[in-house]
Amino acid sequence: MVASDNEEMDFAEPQVKGKRKKKDNKAESAKKHLKEKDAEMEKLQPTSNGDNNTESCFPPTFSVSDIKNKQRRHFMFMKLKQQKKKEKSDLKKKRKREREALGDKAPPKPIPKTIENQRVYDETVVDPEDEEVALDEGTDEFSSYFNRLTNPKILITTSDRPRGRTVRFCEQLATVIPDSHVYYRRGLALKKIIPQCVARDFTYLIVVNEDRKVPNGLVLCHLPNGPTAHFKVSNVRLRKEMKRRGKDPSEHLPEVILNNFTTRLGHSIGRMFASLFPHDPNFIGRQVATFHNQRDYIFFRFHRYIFKNEKRVGLQELGPRFTLKLRSLQKGTFDSKFGEYEWVHKRHEMDSCRRKFHL
Amino acid sequence: MAEKSRWCSVWIGSETGILKGVNVAKKQAFNFSDFSTLTREQEVSAMCWGDDLESEVLVGCVNGTVKTFSVEKGKFTEFRDCSGGEGPFRGLAVHNSSLITCVESGVLKVWKEGCPDTVEVNVGRDVYKMRQSTSEGHKVAIGGKENDLKIWDLQRPEEPVFKAKNVANDWLDLRVPVWIRDLQFLPESDKVVTCTAYHQVRLYDPSLPQRRPVLETSFEEYPLTALSLTSDANSVVVGNTQGQVAVIDLRQGRLLRCLKGFAGSVRALQCHRSLPLVASCGLDRFLRIHNLEDKHLLHKVYLKSRLNCLLLTSRENIQEQEEKVQESQEEVKDDDIWAAMPTVTDEVSTKRKIKKTETLSTVTKDKSSLTKKKRKSVT
Repeated sequence: MVASDNEEMDFAEPQVKGKRKKKDNKAESAKKHLKEKDAEMEKLQPTSNGDNNTESCFPPTFSVSDIKNKQRRHFMFMKLKQQKKKEKSDLKKKRKREREALGDKAPPKPIPKTIENQRVYDETVVDPEDEEVALDEGTDEFSSYFNRLTNPKILITTSDRPRGRTVRFCEQLATVIPDSHVYYRRGLALKKIIPQCVARDFTYLIVVNEDRKVPNGLVLCHLPNGPTAHFKVSNVRLRKEMKRRGKDPSEHLPEVILNNFTTRLGHSIGRMFASLFPHDPNFIGRQVATFHNQRDYIFFRFHRYIFKNEKRVGLQELGPRFTLKLRSLQKGTFDSKFGEYEWVHKRHEMDSCRRKFHL
Repeated sequence: MAEKSRWCSVWIGSETGILKGVNVAKKQAFNFSDFSTLTREQEVSAMCWGDDLESEVLVGCVNGTVKTFSVEKGKFTEFRDCSGGEGPFRGLAVHNSSLITCVESGVLKVWKEGCPDTVEVNVGRDVYKMRQSTSEGHKVAIGGKENDLKIWDLQRPEEPVFKAKNVANDWLDLRVPVWIRDLQFLPESDKVVTCTAYHQVRLYDPSLPQRRPVLETSFEEYPLTALSLTSDANSVVVGNTQGQVAVIDLRQGRLLRCLKGFAGSVRALQCHRSLPLVASCGLDRFLRIHNLEDKHLLHKVYLKSRLNCLLLTSRENIQEQEEKVQESQEEVKDDDIWAAMPTVTDEVSTKRKIKKTETLSTVTKDKSSLTKKKRKSVT
């Protein structure tokens, strides 16, 4: 037994020694690398002096990814990262010291760059005093709603054979949007449903598309001849999944908030959402539906608010919450084959710049 | 207004009824319509040049009126009520100072100036496009939904000169549907290129006994809405409802290149007569000018309404207008300077010449000394 232990010990020891050796090897190799670097730099310097006017000298092209050994490479990379982190924190401390030293005379803090700050200038942003856009919007498909000639009436349906989540989502949407009716889609073609809806004075048709028991798309079609928007739906939260939610929404008409729809396309979509809800909200109900556009994603939230005093408001989230992303806007009612598209999302052309947004 | 309209190289009609002129060199767009009188009924559905010199633009509106816009004066000069059948204008043309109009319901009318009589021809239902032949002004081609290509000679309006036959049944032995969305005559011949809503591009030759298309190709899977022949008539640029624009070779029927950058349906395309440029406008409210050879987007102008029709001048100097103006201004300045300088006569001139040479030499010496000094400071 003892002998075996000894043997084991014998086996164990070289391994430990080996690991230490490896570490030493790493440190040694690292040092060797550094020495090599320095040597290369020294070699290059005398030549650089002479070639000042005629040639530009290139720094030695040594990168961490050239090391073939994974452990050594990882070690060198960690070292590089630590070095960079140290440089960054030193710079920060230096700036902080300078700022304190200056005291009141210090320049104001620079505004941090965000993607919204750095957004590429979009020439289609609507100027509020633009005559031509006002003319266009005064005579377009939504003008009958904005001139108070028609009241919204919405038909909500799904793709064929919906599953539990989608059905519940449609029911909750119907409670949130006033004067909306949910109908079961019995495999009917949309092109046949649309003339029937027009005949019964519906103004909107919403089709919630389902994939693998989860709603993932939304087609919003303005009737009688209005534009059709196709959205991608994500992050759907039904009422029972909401934390700290209030009671179910009442029958009062909600207010509508549309945030950040600045471009011409954004304007059209914003108007589309606005004409889903009736005109005069019941402020007694204190309910508000928000469509917030940020970076081309539209976030829908439904809240009940209460003013505690003049400056503080309490918010209670009710109702479903979901995110939309516009995929296409088609002129005319739903006709994906022969319809003319006003805007189509082309991923490879439009998503190449991270700071360019379309809504 | 007159000056602005003279420099405009592209004329565009929009859905709101506004006629826009765009100066491509300066990237400026001007509206030439009165906003107060505009309604959706004045939506521009067809446009054409009033004459060969391109001094007048004829604008056809949905309610049946044809307005004449003078490029020289910069305003609308004439309003004519050319209402015939139902539907918007699908084609406008001018031949020997008479106006040819075609409406969607198929009523083709020739309006003579001053004369209330019109020659009326019924060319079939659901017409989507009517175009005039470039070589013979009295021939027009018509195409539409389930209305195959027909070429009419207006001197013999009883029957079409050429009536196309539908392609053979497809592999399921079903009749191939017909829906011509745009067509154009090839220059100096009777051949016609058409593009359909079933994503086909077809070439017909009336001089052959074959009434079926000579060449047929297809592009992508969406309806082709606009078509334009390139300046050398060997290829054709087509655009579809998704904003995909391609250049297709007519000799072999293959795709040459695609032009990128469109976000919405392309409503109108026109290639320049001699330069390798193509102008396009569509529902995404932008006018784009691409170079046909290297696919680059040369100009992109935002025009705030959805655009329906487009007319491109055949002037050569679309992109170089600004430079010419600047050069002329500089020349004018130089001339003034030379005129202001005093003239020098002979006797005085010798002395002045000596003096001049002396001054010149001193100047050169100074210059050399300066340069030497500069060199010293560098080293």
